[in-house]
Amino acid sequence: MKNVHVALTLNGERVEVAFDPAKTLLEVLREDLGLTGTKHGCELGECGACAVLVDGVPVLSCLVLGVECEDREITSVEGLARGPELHPLQTAFADLGAAQCGYCTPGILCTAKALLDEKPQASRGEIAEALAGNICRCTGYLQIFEAVEEAAKRLREGSVRS
Amino acid sequence: MSGPHKRPWNVIGKPSRRVDGRAKVRGETKFADDLYVPRMLWMKLLRSPHAHARIKRISKLEAEEVSGVKLVLTGEDMPIPFGILPVSQDEHALCLDRVRFVGDPLAAVVATDEWAAEEGVNALEVEYEPLTTIASPEEALATPEPRIHEYGDEGNVHKKVAFEFGDAEGSLASSERVFEDFFYYAGNTHLPIEEHATLAAVDPDGKLVVWSSTQTPHYLHRALAKVLGIPAHLIRVVATPNGGGFGGKSDPFNHEIACAKAALVLGRPVKICLTREEVFCVKKDGTIEGMTLETLLDGGAYWSYGVASTFYTGALQTVTYHIPRYGFRGCRAFTNKPPCGPKRGHGTPQPRFALEVQLDKIACELAIDPAELRLKQLAPSNSVTANWLRIGTMNLRQCIEKVVEGSSWKDRRAKLGPGRGLGLACSSYLCGAGLPIYWNDMPQTGVQLRLDRSGEVTAFCGATEIGQGSDHVLAACVAEILGLEPFDVRVVTGDTSLTPVDLGSYSSRVTLMMGNAAIQAAERARFLIADAASEKLGVPQDKLVFAGKRVFLAENPEKGLDWVAALVLAEAKHGTLGTVGSYKPPASPGHYKGAGVGPSAAYSYSAAVVEVSVDPANGWYRCEKIWIAHDIGVSINPVLARGQVEG
Repeated sequence: MKNVHVALTLNGERVEVAFDPAKTLLEVLREDLGLTGTKHGCELGECGACAVLVDGVPVLSCLVLGVECEDREITSVEGLARGPELHPLQTAFADLGAAQCGYCTPGILCTAKALLDEKPQASRGEIAEALAGNICRCTGYLQIFEAVEEAAKRLREGSVRS
Repeated sequence: MSGPHKRPWNVIGKPSRRVDGRAKVRGETKFADDLYVPRMLWMKLLRSPHAHARIKRISKLEAEEVSGVKLVLTGEDMPIPFGILPVSQDEHALCLDRVRFVGDPLAAVVATDEWAAEEGVNALEVEYEPLTTIASPEEALATPEPRIHEYGDEGNVHKKVAFEFGDAEGSLASSERVFEDFFYYAGNTHLPIEEHATLAAVDPDGKLVVWSSTQTPHYLHRALAKVLGIPAHLIRVVATPNGGGFGGKSDPFNHEIACAKAALVLGRPVKICLTREEVFCVKKDGTIEGMTLETLLDGGAYWSYGVASTFYTGALQTVTYHIPRYGFRGCRAFTNKPPCGPKRGHGTPQPRFALEVQLDKIACELAIDPAELRLKQLAPSNSVTANWLRIGTMNLRQCIEKVVEGSSWKDRRAKLGPGRGLGLACSSYLCGAGLPIYWNDMPQTGVQLRLDRSGEVTAFCGATEIGQGSDHVLAACVAEILGLEPFDVRVVTGDTSLTPVDLGSYSSRVTLMMGNAAIQAAERARFLIADAASEKLGVPQDKLVFAGKRVFLAENPEKGLDWVAALVLAEAKHGTLGTVGSYKPPASPGHYKGAGVGPSAAYSYSAAVVEVSVDPANGWYRCEKIWIAHDIGVSINPVLARGQVEG
């Protein structure tokens, strides 16, 4: 099929990309824009590994077509850090053992960022609910929940470090 | 070798960020499917829709005419069989004349993109002749014909094993009470979030390179050499970090071999990433006077690790409690299902579950506290079991005491009212199998260190990072000995061309084996550096301390050298700096046929109390709280150890 041409904002930068219109946002990100941080775990909308933010809202990029993203603002895991400086969520995940194999991590980070942007004081219950669609097979989730809480604390205190 | 001054540990046992943690949270860890190279082609497999059928005919013509399709492979392109165990070479990269489970692959299509490959697969025409399907091990025992394989012990029995250590049957006859139970353990799958993926290419020198999400690059290396008929030294296997493994990436796989073959035929890079549906198809599982155990395993359609799995269902039953007489009979049957291999404790959790439930039944019947029943007959430290396993340190007692205390077991057990209760169970597992999968006298793991005047230390090891933190363990062990921090050590792992052989990330072996090899290599490097430093400082080697990126005098820390200065001296004195270390587990005292399964350099132990509530209306249960204690020896990094326990 003939490629479509789409312009969108990706991690704060305006980009233009041409791709097969049947491609999902996940495929466009990984294959056409070269950002492989977003993972595919099932491509069925079941596991949450491919979660990114579209206009600040977490979506499963395997269930969204690339053509739907014209002029939208996409944030993937690559957009969380500021240059070499990690986002507080990333720092907490790395320090507190919330990433083991790391495959579910990008989707969880994006989903958690949306939660904390909206609810800086999110409770353990709200964190668990927000991440209910993200499957992790390594950690048993406790270290993930604790890392989100720690990041929320650091964000409220306004501290960042790499 | 005379070591330098003894000092407390600076790295081991301290919680820290894992050395690969930053890459993981930035999404920069390159998993196999994240690799994209120019001119890369895509592969898809045609998998059988039948559980058991003869392949009468495959027509490739239609598929080859699909736009974008470059190559169609079938079984005859790779007729040499392979398998993880030397005794069970019964798999083909693509089935030759028969498919044996739903999902058994019989053709591969390579095309310019994934969709064209898929279209090519759909265009393949296959004529099948369905055969009788066997769906359970009981059915396999009752159905000797048709045989799923033309070999195995008899009919559709793959393997039968039997042991008796002491007069186990006699002890049952003379015991005051005999308890007999039947337990069933449902099959399940590993389900790592990363699907299996492989990229194969021919490098500029004409040699094959295969990047794959494998737990066992060394075994894949051997299988590729065998099936492709290429000397192993012309093949490089790189184990990319695994997005979870759990045992499901520890066999050499059809897709890995077919992908490599396609790259060789086409002279272009070829990638395959399995779909979630395919991953489900690939692999799934299966005062005591004396004990006898019989296990019946649903083996699925191929041998895989089956012989070892069968032995493992019996081997480790003796390391938790003192069982003076022990009898075991195991049987693995062929069925038309995906082949069963190891998953999270290879053949051990299933019989352990049976043993623990039976102990609870005994405790209930005899009106003894289940914790007391276990505590009074623990296998002792530094002992040999009835089946000749040597137990070193054994702290299951403290584990049980901890969870009993934490859960207020004594006050609350059997007092929580209807529909709610506490249960206790214990377990144990290896720290690596005592013997390699193919028997040999070489080390099971090796570490090479490279150090130079810049201060850089690089540790090379064939171990595979599957999320468990093996890269960190390698860096931490080297850093501890050399007085550095883990982040000061660069690690290169899982590459059959660049790193010494390590047998793989399975059987909980890496920390113990690679860790010991790393310590040995680092101690040898420390010796070279201390030798040069002691000469410069005019003090004996054993007065030197390696800590805080310095080499200094124990009684006068001011007197010393910084790390780079010490390396410059060492390189000047000894020439280019490099050391090696290796590890092989101690020999086992058992010498009977089958004694190779079960021995380990150390056993870890755990006890858990679980509080469960059950809704009497519908039987739904809820796990309210879990208390767990593990005897893991020394924790290298408590953050990672906790993740392993909770996960």
